Amino acid sequence: MKKSVLSAMVVLLLLGVAAYAAFFVAPTDAKQGVIYRILYLHVASAWTGLTSFFICFIANLLYVLRRQPRWDWLGVSAGETGLVFTTVVLLTGPIWAHPVWGIWWTWDARLTSTFVLWLLYVSYLLLRTLVEEHDRRALLSALFGIFAFIDVPLVFGSIRWWRTQHPQPIIMGAPGSGLDPTMYKVLFFTWFAMLGLMTLLLRQRYRLEAMRGDLEIIQHGLEAA
Amino acid sequence: MKNLNSVFAAYMIGWTVFFVYYISISRRTMALRGEIERLKNSLNRGK
Repeated sequence: MKKSVLSAMVVLLLLGVAAYAAFFVAPTDAKQGVIYRILYLHVASAWTGLTSFFICFIANLLYVLRRQPRWDWLGVSAGETGLVFTTVVLLTGPIWAHPVWGIWWTWDARLTSTFVLWLLYVSYLLLRTLVEEHDRRALLSALFGIFAFIDVPLVFGSIRWWRTQHPQPIIMGAPGSGLDPTMYKVLFFTWFAMLGLMTLLLRQRYRLEAMRGDLEIIQHGLEAA
Repeated sequence: MKNLNSVFAAYMIGWTVFFVYYISISRRTMALRGEIERLKNSLNRGK
């Protein structure tokens, strides 16, 4: 069996187990009831998205320092993958918020900084479509990617530094905050499964970008000949 | 089981986004492979 098919099957299995645990193993929240189960998808997607943006940031830094195309390919792949996970966060958040807060959306520090993060990485990808010459495009997008990452600590700190409608942190939060031990286990398992999905998507996307890079080199060579 | 529909909707939307992205990468990869093949064939014809 091909290695990529096998890894996709392992990731699917992990995600299936995570979904089963989120619905049938984790206890129901006494205050929120069944709606809180969105937490496992919402929070795990948020953590995975931030992990992906961190990979993008490191790749962008390495591109600026070393100017090797592979760091550009990794940067754009991680940026796009992070954007997909953040899109899921922004779509599932309002579905959870509406029955609990009575509103779909509010411009508080956490929600606004996450939306800005999403816009920054959309801009990062759009910027790449505007520059033709590949070395210049790679450098400009790496510099923009480093700038975009500044918002990540703001997203992380927003619920720690300011009073927000969004709930307070469930890890590294104030004394007395947190979750039931089973809820923690299910959440961390879901995050692990999501990291598997991120790795799978990132690898596929990197291969695509590497192929695109090779094609560009061939096309430029043909044009020059 | 109040709000169970909302929980299902959130999970369905989440999985759909991931699935659509996976399909989009596969389609782009196939299109690029086609482009490389086309380029190879035109190069071979030029020889």
